[in-house]
Amino acid sequence: MAADEKVIVADKLTKRFGDFIATNEITFEVSKGEIFGFLGANGAGKTTAMRMLCGLSAPTSGNAQIAGYDIYSQTELIKKNIGYMSQKFSLYENLTILENIEFFGGIYGLTDQQIKVKTEELVNRLGLKSEAKKLVGSLPLGWKQKLSFSVAVLHEPKIVFLDEPTGGVDPVTRRQFWDLIYEAADRGITIFVTTHYMDEAEYCNRISIMVDGRLEVLDTPANLKRSFGVGTMDEVFYQLARSAKRGD
Amino acid sequence: MRTLKFLLRKEFRQIFRDKSIVALIFFMPCIQLIVMPLAADYEVRNVNLAVVDHDKSPYSQKLISKVIASGYFKLQGYNASFKEALSLIESDQADLILEIPQGFERNLIREDKQKLFVAVNAINGTKANLGGSYLNSIIGAFNADIRMQLIQQPRFSQFPVIDIVPSNWFNPVLNYKIYIVPGILAILVTMVGGFLSALNIVKEKEIGTIEQINVTPIKKHIFILGKLIPFWVLAFIIFTIGLILARVFYGIAPIGSLFVLYLFIAVYLLTVLGFGLLVSTFCDTQQQAMFIMFFFMMVFILLGGLFTSIDSMPEWAKLVTRLNPVRYMIEVMRMVILKGSGLRDVLPHLAAVAIMAVVLNGWAILNYKKTN
Ligand SMILES: Nc1ncnc2c1ncn2[C@@H]1O[C@H](COP(=O)(O)OP(=O)(O)OP(=O)(O)O)[C@@H](O)[C@H]1O
Ligand SMILES: [Mg+2]
Repeated sequence: MAADEKVIVADKLTKRFGDFIATNEITFEVSKGEIFGFLGANGAGKTTAMRMLCGLSAPTSGNAQIAGYDIYSQTELIKKNIGYMSQKFSLYENLTILENIEFFGGIYGLTDQQIKVKTEELVNRLGLKSEAKKLVGSLPLGWKQKLSFSVAVLHEPKIVFLDEPTGGVDPVTRRQFWDLIYEAADRGITIFVTTHYMDEAEYCNRISIMVDGRLEVLDTPANLKRSFGVGTMDEVFYQLARSAKRGD
Repeated sequence: MRTLKFLLRKEFRQIFRDKSIVALIFFMPCIQLIVMPLAADYEVRNVNLAVVDHDKSPYSQKLISKVIASGYFKLQGYNASFKEALSLIESDQADLILEIPQGFERNLIREDKQKLFVAVNAINGTKANLGGSYLNSIIGAFNADIRMQLIQQPRFSQFPVIDIVPSNWFNPVLNYKIYIVPGILAILVTMVGGFLSALNIVKEKEIGTIEQINVTPIKKHIFILGKLIPFWVLAFIIFTIGLILARVFYGIAPIGSLFVLYLFIAVYLLTVLGFGLLVSTFCDTQQQAMFIMFFFMMVFILLGGLFTSIDSMPEWAKLVTRLNPVRYMIEVMRMVILKGSGLRDVLPHLAAVAIMAVVLNGWAILNYKKTN
């Protein structure tokens, strides 16, 4: 990764809920094309931070630019350039796979032709041809998550934010999910991903770990293991998370 | 807008996929319109009547037998004095007193004037009031009959014939239905539209799909329009079903123009749906939205003039009704359907609901936050 375009620049980004500081002055940068892991124990403030970066939640203080756009004044421009997969599955369960793809494609301003091509590609890639007309609610979780990811990158955004995309998914499907992530990264989409699985952390170019709302460390997995003097990401995480007060 | 097309397509798919919603939408108007007026009809058939006849003349006898023959009254007592009759009301045995004064027949023939006294029991006010209005209409019909007979006698021929209006077209029960059915229809579209729109966005908040919408570059007013139009269409369908039912079951066809009626409904529905959408932008759960809607619906309906006439409300309540869209709807329904009022007559009503529609929908758009 050369000293190139920064697609996410966060500077002392903070979110308070009353007296409670969910995200506390986090500062970091993410380069174009990077796979950026965003780790932290339950309640560390990952989702809160991500929602601010996506323009879903207004920061209490601090600054950030996403794809070059200001997080306060240009949220709608940010939204044009990002994809988001929330922690809670949020495609329409009472619509079919095809209908969901068509709907989100349409909302992002794809042409009918683009929607058609994308739908074919997506259905073939995920091997969902025979399920295409089934209601999304009837799919197994792993498929839902893969579909949800594919819909999030349907409009070829600059950055995609993934909030625990593989939570509760079996190991084989998780592997397949990461294949999808790599394919998207190869197309130049920057990946911002949270996870609780340390094997997945190893797949990232760089990772940050949040503890109680603060961003404690940020480096490549190899450097982190070296500086903590341990052999696995598991141990790095354990050493940091042990000091955490929060958790649910 | 292209985005709107996709929103509408999605919304209609979801609505028609939910069988319970479809059933609700189509059966609710049927059941309410068919059952409600029938239930109300049963109650007014048994108005308990106490009669005090001071005249005891052939005419007074005729009047009383005519009242009883109408079938809507049960004679509870043929009393000698008003006091006696009053005791029947006090013991809740009678709903109504009809007092016929002395000289009733003589005054009626000689001076073409009659004085009757009707007293109602306010405990069961609706029944008694309704009974009272039946009684008035029967007396009116009786009066007309008498004058018809009198006019046939040459010595009264100086009376202009056009003054004599036979009132036998008047059917009290049918009248009650004519009165109540448009009102029920008005409330029906209000309830269905209001609740469906209020619950819809909140449901998306609850299941989390709204996040996926909010993270897209969709324009707020397009999103709100995408929610407004489907329910607007649905409410229109329900209203039309209701009109057809009113026609088939009660023979009620609008005397005024359908165009005026539909024009008003079109604007009125925007008001109701805008209100529902506004409520939904304030709530996070369907339960909250439900309670808030219930509260306002109750107020709107109670102050809407369907069950209690607005004229008999206290001044402050009359003022409140000016902000009540349901009141305008019920009035216009009655004006156009029963009286045949035209566009010019309903223009003030139209203006009132149009202003409310703009305010409520504008407010809903402002209050819908994609970033919070
Ligand atoms: N709207 C809110 N109001 C008040 N507190 C909130 C709100 N949203 C989040 N929090 C609190 O902020 C803290 C951080 O929450 P957040 O969801 O960001 O954690 P997370 O790192 O994503 O955790 P998890 O791994 O469980 O998803 C939690 O303690 C949570 O209770
Ligand atoms: Mg989270």
